Formats: sequence, structure tokens, C-alpha cells
Amino acid sequence: MTTATAASTTKMALGATKVSLSWLNGWTIGTVIIAMIAITPIVTVIFISFTPSDDIWAHLVSTVLPLYISTTLLLMIGVGIGTLVIGVGTAWLVSMCRFPGKSMFEWALLLPMAMPAYVIAYLYTDILEYAGPIQTMLRDMFGWTTKREYWFPEIRSLGGAISMMTLVLYPYVYLLSRAAFMEQSICVLEASRVLGRGPVQSFFSVALPLARPAIIIGISLVLMEALNDFGTVDFFAVSTFTLGIYDVWLNMGNVAGAAQLATVLLLFVMALALAERFARRKKRFHHTTSKYKALPGYQLEGRARTVAVIACALPVIFGFVLPASVLTSYSFIHYKTAMSTEFLGYAFNSFMLSSVAAVLALAIGIFMAYGVRLHNEPLLKVMVRLASLGYAVPGSVLAVGVLVTLGSVDNGIDGFMRQTFGISTGLLLSGTIAAVTFGYLVRFLALAFGSVEASLGKVTPSMDGASRSLGHGAMSTLRRVHLPMIRGSILTASMMVFVDCMKELPLTVILRPFNFHTLATFVHQYASDEQLGEASLAALSIVGFGILPVIVLSLAITRSRPGHNKEEKA
Amino acid sequence: MKTSLMSKAKILCAALAVMAPWGGTASASGEVNLYSERQPFLMDPLLKAFTAQSGIKVNMVYIKKGMLERIDAEGANSPADLILTTGFGNLNNLLQAGLLQSVGSSALSANIASQYRHPDGLWFGLTTRARIIFTHKDRVKPGEVTSYEDLAAPHMKGRVCTRSGKHEYNISLLASIIAAKGEAAAEAWAKGVKENLARKPQGNDRAQVKAIFQGECDVSLGNTYYMGLMQTNEKDPEQKEWAATVNVVFPNQKDRGTHVNVSGAAVTKSSKNKENAIKLIEFLTGDMAQKIYAQDNFEYPVKAGVAASPVVASWGTFEADKVLLSSVAEKRTLATRIMDRVRFDN
Repeated sequence: MTTATAASTTKMALGATKVSLSWLNGWTIGTVIIAMIAITPIVTVIFISFTPSDDIWAHLVSTVLPLYISTTLLLMIGVGIGTLVIGVGTAWLVSMCRFPGKSMFEWALLLPMAMPAYVIAYLYTDILEYAGPIQTMLRDMFGWTTKREYWFPEIRSLGGAISMMTLVLYPYVYLLSRAAFMEQSICVLEASRVLGRGPVQSFFSVALPLARPAIIIGISLVLMEALNDFGTVDFFAVSTFTLGIYDVWLNMGNVAGAAQLATVLLLFVMALALAERFARRKKRFHHTTSKYKALPGYQLEGRARTVAVIACALPVIFGFVLPASVLTSYSFIHYKTAMSTEFLGYAFNSFMLSSVAAVLALAIGIFMAYGVRLHNEPLLKVMVRLASLGYAVPGSVLAVGVLVTLGSVDNGIDGFMRQTFGISTGLLLSGTIAAVTFGYLVRFLALAFGSVEASLGKVTPSMDGASRSLGHGAMSTLRRVHLPMIRGSILTASMMVFVDCMKELPLTVILRPFNFHTLATFVHQYASDEQLGEASLAALSIVGFGILPVIVLSLAITRSRPGHNKEEKA
Repeated sequence: MKTSLMSKAKILCAALAVMAPWGGTASASGEVNLYSERQPFLMDPLLKAFTAQSGIKVNMVYIKKGMLERIDAEGANSPADLILTTGFGNLNNLLQAGLLQSVGSSALSANIASQYRHPDGLWFGLTTRARIIFTHKDRVKPGEVTSYEDLAAPHMKGRVCTRSGKHEYNISLLASIIAAKGEAAAEAWAKGVKENLARKPQGNDRAQVKAIFQGECDVSLGNTYYMGLMQTNEKDPEQKEWAATVNVVFPNQKDRGTHVNVSGAAVTKSSKNKENAIKLIEFLTGDMAQKIYAQDNFEYPVKAGVAASPVVASWGTFEADKVLLSSVAEKRTLATRIMDRVRFDN
């Protein structure tokens, strides 16, 4: 008896909105071409996996593969549950309840997002390891002298990795579920209240099921990040599947074997995605009404109020305030190294690259999501799904896919030009900013496409029908109807892509031009040798530059909610 | 009007300067293009000195994972002239992939001892470093640990710390043991060390000395230069205390000698600025650069006659394992598999 199923009664066959006679039109062709370009590096990785790879599987299966798999699954389960509880819980609190500090928490809960996972892992190790201040203080207090006299959680462990990733990844779930909660029509919630359900029951039986597509996308983004993380698990020496891929690639010098492992990882992600689609195959999540008004805001009192404040404060403190303070204290010690003259240039590079990539990713994401909406062709659907897989491939492996793709294109053009005109064009794309941007797009398209698609899915097809029957074309309908309705999700998605690009490391390192640094690569050269202190100011700037748009956009998202600041809108 | 025009011009210039790297790949004459595994903060002073001396501009990308794949994908059009690696392993991978070319000059032959360069000039060692054992000054008695084999001995149970067994430095050490004593003995050694570990492998070489300082373990493996960096660390003086609690042991002085690795350089097959690339290697193996490597990063110079830093010299001299670097390199894959078999990191 969820509203999700109720909503399905108004389901309209999308085919009814088709105006064109054939699906072979600009949208479809464009979508297919873009998807094919985005897929190429991934296909390249799969292609590499078909080259000989010794007996790598026999070796892995008999030694570490079971461990890789169990560790990875535990990591996914841990991070999945952690981000689900924190992300959805806090999103519900700040969207639907009123308590002290709510308007601050709305944006503050996003702050940990700007913190790269490997940086927070490094900082917490300093704080929590045997030699760190906490354990030293405990030893002084209780007179312990050796490690064997007491128990303390080991930070460099699977549990540590789960905690670190949960702290920096929950904002994805928070962002997407908050956007979903805010896009929910108040009517369904009022109906639920009228039917006698309290805030908690309404949450579980109405709001949560309706927000399911958005939450699922948030969780799947988180899981993909956790799955392909290298920095944190390498630092903690937690044997995940991804660490295994790098081991086979770099220590055994076996690129083909690494590509095979990466392909298996991809198949696993695809299977998960299919399972989820199957589970909600019959359900639709459109809003049946366009009646919006300001959200009610349950006024929390007494203990509930305290719990809400603490629940929202803890993730912000542990995910941002504490690590950022430690970083700040380091940057006072090391400001001389950090304040190099080139520093502003690095910040500029990071900012420009991330902005360009965010805008492009969004444009492409909207184009593809709308293309699929217009023409619900199976081929098209498969293509866009595949195009979003870049997010599931470990960064450096994807970078190799991009390298080989661009190298082939460049050398192909060069060979052709030499043969035909006797001139050499050299490398046109490889080792340029364009290559880095292309890498970012391949990697982060899933963020843009996923959030736009989820949001578009909530716009009932009757809207398309109405607009089209009033004589508006596909483009005009997109511009006048859909884009205004999903504005919040578009901003959310652009923010996620931007922040992820600011933090991005492996693609930038491998694809960049000569003498080119971003804040992240600058931090990396020190962090790779466990000298993060030297680069603390740059690390702090990644966070700082990442936060600015986060806050600005967060405010915009609040304003973008249909019905915000209006009593009622028909 | 004029002044505002001037200031506008200045802003434009500044903007262009910032935008400079946003252009394409440079490959004019008077340049040399470098793909380096060694960090920019380490290389910058050396490269600036080279440019000042020769007038040749150095363009660099710091790239560790994926360097081989990048050069390979770029093919004959690759802009890279010269590569720098942190260890011999990757130098050997590039060599095996056929991405390097043979070069040579009388200066290079004179600068580098023959065991630290390829006979046909396919690669050149720039510095060497020894993989040594750090022992706690009081908790480890003199003579208790004198070889890598001692780390696997029963009396060291619960007393050994190390970074990940999969790190290239440990892989390289294990590969040298395979080369010396065969696969079975090497596997038994890795298993023995694992059983003696005080904690799960973690952190870098420096973090192990910190753990000895804090009493978590008594001995650890590490590269020599880390000791120098800790002993002279003014920014983080606490590291001087860590270093002060340990002795430096050069292992296996009574038999095959201490395992030594090289950081190296090589000219790529596709190099368009080959002469400049050779000049840069000559410079890096010359007196001035070798002294900077020795003094600032506590590495052993490959050039005879260049003194090690006084800090390094204070640890004494040692006999290095005489095995060919290439013989060690070819055992790396096997070493990695052994680390998997004994589940060293778990």
C-alpha cells in the first residue's frame, strides 16, 4: 500500500508521447554517439583483458582471491549501511523537521564531501594510532606501558576503512535523498497524515519508498566509490579487490591480468544494477500531483530535539571539523612549503578543470537522460547504462583505458595524415587538458546522468504529453517543463561532479600535460611518502575550494524546491 | 588611461602565465621532456640547476602508476625523452617492453660504475640505496640481528615491523633472496617474517621506526635515506628522537651482502631530444647533482669520488649484494606471488 504503487495507476506509456515517426532522430543518434565515445575507454580495458595473462587466475584463486572478495563485500556492506543510515536519516531530519541549527546543518552536512578519503584516513591515523595523542594520553592516564596491556581499535583495518569512507561518502546519499524529499509533493505526505500516520510512520511508508530511486542512486555511487578506492585501502593495507588489481598490474607487471580483474569488477557492478532494476521493475515513482507548498517541518521537542541535533552534528564533527582542524594546525607548521608561488596556479587549474568538467558532464547527462525518456529503446537504455560504468572502474585502470583510446586515435590520425599529405600531426589529444577532461567525463558521467535520470523519472509523462500537445517540441518541452522542475537535482549533480573532480587523482596524474599540477596532484607527491604535513595547505584548499560551491549550491537547492516560499502553487 | 592600460596588460600577462599549461604539448628545440617517478619536490632543485647551467628547459610530468602504459600508448609520437624511476623494477619493466633506447657517452661511462648501468646504455643508475634493518638500541642485543634471515628466526617472534609486503622495496628484497637461495627458501623466509610480525604490515619505512620508538616492536626494515631524513628533520623534530632510538644494521655482511636498489634514468625509444636527454643524465650523474642527491636526500652517489653525506657516512660502510640487478628484477613476479601465498599482509 505504498504511494509508489498508487502512483503507478497514472502511468502512461511513454510511447504515447512520441511525436516523431522514427526513433532515428537527432536525440537518439546523439545519445548513441556520446554513449559510444564514453564507453570506448571501458571497452578498451575489456579488450586489454583478452591479451595473455599467464596463469594469474589459478594463482589468485588458490591464494588471495577469496580474501579480496570477502574483504570487498564487507567493505561494501559496511559503507553501504553506514552511509544509508547517516545520509537518509540526516536528510529526513533537515528536510522534514524543525530543530535548532537546522538551517546550518542543511549545508554543513555536505562539508565532509570535500574531504578526500585518503586525506581523512591519514589524519585519523595520526590521531588514533598507537603513537597518536589519544592512545598516548590513555597510556599516561592508566600507567600502561606496552600495547599488550590494553585494547584499542586498530585504525589501519577494514573497520577503519569503512569508517573513513562512510564519513566522507555519506553526503552523496544525503544530497540525493534530500533533493528527493524536497521534490516530494506535500500532498502525499498530508494524505498520509490525514490517514493517521505520524511522522515516523509517514517516513517509512511514504517518504522513504518515494525517495527510493534517489537513495538507491546515492548508495550505488557510494558503493562504486568504495569499490574502486585505492588511496585509503592502500594506506591501511586492507586487501580489497581493487588493491589486488593494482598488485597484479604493478608488482606482477601483468596488465592483462589486472584488466581481467577490473572486468570482473565491472560485471559485478552490472549485476548489482540489474538486480536493483529487477526489484523495482513494475513500480513508477512519478508525482501524481503538482501541488507543492512549503514543507511542514515537524517541530521537534525535548529528547527528540536533542537526538536530532546530535545526529546531525556528529557526522559534521568527525567528517569535517576535526580533520579540518588537524589539517589547519599542520598548515601552520608547514606554511613555508605550502605557500609556494605556484600555489595559486594549482588552485586555478583545479577550479577550472572541475568547473568545465561539471558543466559538460551535466549537459551530456541531461541530453542522455532526456534522450532515453523520449525514446525508450532498449538499445539506447543499454548504451547509456554502459556509458555510466566509468565510475565503477578503479581510476588508474580507467586512465589506462583512456590512454590507449586517445593514443590510438592520435596515432591513427597521424598515420593517415602522413600517408595522405605527408605531414605529421603528432599527438593531438594525448597529454593535454582535453585528455584529462575527457577522463573526468568518462569517470563522472554516472553522477550527472544518474541524478538527472532519477529526477526526470519523477516527472509524470502527462507533463510531456500536455506540453507536446500544446505544440512544443522536445527541446522546448525540456527547457520549459523538465529543466525547471528538476533544477534542484541538476544543481546537486553538478556539485557532486565538481567536488569529485577537485579530489580526483589517478586520472589527473596519468593523463596530464607537462608541468601541470592541480591541488590534488600537489598533495599527492607528499602524501605518497606520508608527508601530508608538507602539503597540508593544499589539502586544506581542496577542501576549501570544494566547499564554496557546495554551500552556494546547497542554498540554491533549498530555493529550487517547487513551492519554496510560496503558500501554494497550482 | 595609459596606466590602466598598463595594469590591464599586466593582468593579461599574469593570466596568460597561469594559463600557460593549458596549451598543447611543447616540443621545441632546447628542451627535454621528462616522465618522472621521483617527486617534483625532490627533482625541482636539480632540474633548475641543470637549466641554469645548460639553457635547456626541462618539462616534467610526475607519474608513477601508468607511466609504462602512457609511453606505450603514445607510441612513436610520445613526447617523453627521458624517464626517471625510483627503483630498478620499473626500469626493467620499461626495458622489457622495448620502450627504451641504447645511448652512451664517455662522460656517462666515466660517471657511473659499470654494475649500475646497462652494458649497452639502455638504462643508467643515478643513486643507490640499501635496504637495512633498524634495531632498538637497548631491546636488541648486539649481534642478535645481523642478517635478513634473522628476521625470520624464532627468537624474533612478535618483534618485527615492516611496511606492506607488496611494496616494491619489500618485493625487491624478497626477489633478491629468491635469486640468492631459491624459491622454497625465500618462501620459508617470508613465512617466518610474517609469523614474527608485531603488527599487520602498514605505513612506510619511517612509520616503522616510529613504532620501534613507541615500543610496538624492536626491529624493522627500511631504506637508508629514511634514516638520514629522520635524523635531520627540522620541521618535525620528533622524528630525530625516533631515529635516535635505533641502530643501523647492514645485513648479511658475512655472506652475500646487503640488498641494494638503484634509482635510475633511461632514454625512451621515441625520444626527439636525445642529445638533451643524454646531457641531463650526464648532469644528474655529475659531481654537483650527485652531491645534492647525497646531501639533501641521503642517497649513495653512483659516481666514484663523490662523498656520501656525513650523516650517511656515520653509519659506516658496507658490502652490497653483488647479484645483478636484472637477476633480481626477473624474480619480482615470483616474489609477489610468494607474498600472496604466505598472505604476508593479512
